[in-house]
Amino acid sequence: MRFIFKTSYVQDLGIFRDGVQRNWYVVLFFGMLALPLLIPAYLVDMSLVFIYGLCGLSLMVLAGYTGLVSLGHAAFLGIGAYTHVYAIHDLGLPWIVGVALACVVTGISGVLVGLPALRMTGVYLSIATLAFALIIQEVLTRWEHVTGGLKGKPVDKPVVFGLYLGGDAAFYFLCLAFLIAGIWLTGNLLRAPTGRAWVAIRDSEIAAQSMGVNLAVYKTSAFAYSAALMGAAGALFAHKIGFLAPDIFTVLLSIQFLLMVVVGGLGSLHGAFFGAVFVALLPVAISQARDLVPVWASTLVSPFGKSAGSATFLAVDQFVKKPGLEPGLFGLILVLFILFEPLGIYGRWRKIQLYFSTFPLYKRATFRRQKAYMRSERLR
Amino acid sequence: MSLFVAEGLVMDFGGLRAVDGVSFRIEPGEVFTIIGPNGAGKTTIFNLVSRIYDPSAGRLIFDGEDITRVPPHEVARRGIARTFQNIELFEHATVLQNLLLGRHAHKRSRFVEELLFLPRVRALELEHREAVEKVIEFLDLQPHRDSLVVNLAYGVRKVVEMARALCTRPRLLLLDEPSSGLSVEETEDMAFWIQDIRTILGVTVLMVEHDMSLVSSVSDRVLAVNYGRPIALGTAREVQEHPDVVKAYLGG
Repeated sequence: MRFIFKTSYVQDLGIFRDGVQRNWYVVLFFGMLALPLLIPAYLVDMSLVFIYGLCGLSLMVLAGYTGLVSLGHAAFLGIGAYTHVYAIHDLGLPWIVGVALACVVTGISGVLVGLPALRMTGVYLSIATLAFALIIQEVLTRWEHVTGGLKGKPVDKPVVFGLYLGGDAAFYFLCLAFLIAGIWLTGNLLRAPTGRAWVAIRDSEIAAQSMGVNLAVYKTSAFAYSAALMGAAGALFAHKIGFLAPDIFTVLLSIQFLLMVVVGGLGSLHGAFFGAVFVALLPVAISQARDLVPVWASTLVSPFGKSAGSATFLAVDQFVKKPGLEPGLFGLILVLFILFEPLGIYGRWRKIQLYFSTFPLYKRATFRRQKAYMRSERLR
Repeated sequence: MSLFVAEGLVMDFGGLRAVDGVSFRIEPGEVFTIIGPNGAGKTTIFNLVSRIYDPSAGRLIFDGEDITRVPPHEVARRGIARTFQNIELFEHATVLQNLLLGRHAHKRSRFVEELLFLPRVRALELEHREAVEKVIEFLDLQPHRDSLVVNLAYGVRKVVEMARALCTRPRLLLLDEPSSGLSVEETEDMAFWIQDIRTILGVTVLMVEHDMSLVSSVSDRVLAVNYGRPIALGTAREVQEHPDVVKAYLGG
């Protein structure tokens, strides 16, 4: 077990816990830089991981840190994507201005959604954001001269400052840059008074208020910041999918984002990224498994006879090719996580770290949850 | 001049009148305690003073200014801090983060500055940290600085909550049942701390308390309420011996 020897208050202000942690991130950074050489075939999936990472960051700020659960974040992604594409195609603005505009427009719509949120808590707020997402989807469908309606809107490859970034590797680095910027900005906010005020609102609104936190200002700012991040992700997402249609930004996508932060681990920036890796790569894993699992099954059964083997192959093959397997699996995994690892992948990651750092002395009970009855009487 | 004045406070919840014409004055530097049986309206008075409830009638004056219509988050900035009967700490944050939030009323950095974590934000953070460390030292919280509140014992949480209130650098500190849930020894410690807060930091204290030994050891004046009405005001001994107070507690 490593203990950090603190000699000055500045040490608690850094973005990294200590030098060792910083070095690990430097290693990770170079790993990410080298990735295009290692797995060129999966770069497209990795850019999606980074875009989803931004989305996870956005929802983590809102749901994980401020405690406002949104079921309509795909709408912000949609607004960002359409704003960006409209700005660079129809208005002919430079790429980076398009992204900025996407952030501003989603930020403003975040404020508009955040205002009613001042009067709503918990599940009522989630329902309101869900309604907002449905309205936005309808708007995207109907407002044809801007969005192209159901016919959709093709998106060109990104050209940033006259630099063509349409190649897989170039786009990968673009997404990586945005993700790192997003993590840095969010990390800054979280170690400053604003982030503390958000956490305070999550844990006890009444105490936050008594300490001088203006609930209206901080709830709206959380919504606005979260939405603006989503806007930036939307701009990248538009280029990633290359074709915008209203039926991409559905409630199911919003739920996937929520799944991302819950599975990743609520209340940690790591969690947002773990969740993004999980949600973006699970479909890839499933499509791989679709080809492999029937083969494995038939080899397992084949010792019992050739016909049994081929029959198993057919049965398993038919099962895994059924539509709707993916959402079903997502749902199952969400349920399993909430039951067995409420702290998400990040929680599991911390346990593994602790296991190795305390190696022969690890106590399972360290993380046992205790039922607390101390906050029974609330003032709401 | 009195530091705090409550004039004819009335609070109605629908048809129920929880507080019915309570008036009191708190002089600077005193420990003023409100006692009363369960349901007498003590906590309601507290929530009125910290502006969580809007009074149905009456006025609140703090330091010569009328704060009856001031929003609740503004109260901390003016110098009133409070603790809660059922501890309201930010449980999934460390003690240090909790205390730093106590500095929120003194926040001077803007959103964009924080987004980029400019040197000014860094300097301000260090300033907050120094203020917090003084409180940590004052209340002997050094061993718990980096532990999560969820993992702390109840007695420590009580102290942390008081520390958080002190971090706002209040002139009037509201303590809602500081001894509830504490052992006898912890209650004695609490009495010393309240005295220290008054004499060393010069903070005026308004307290709601049931434990009569704590009340009589620290309070300068005591107000007894029952059914939302004040029934006695005076020193702890005078109030305890007042026939209406005896009647309120023992019936008859």
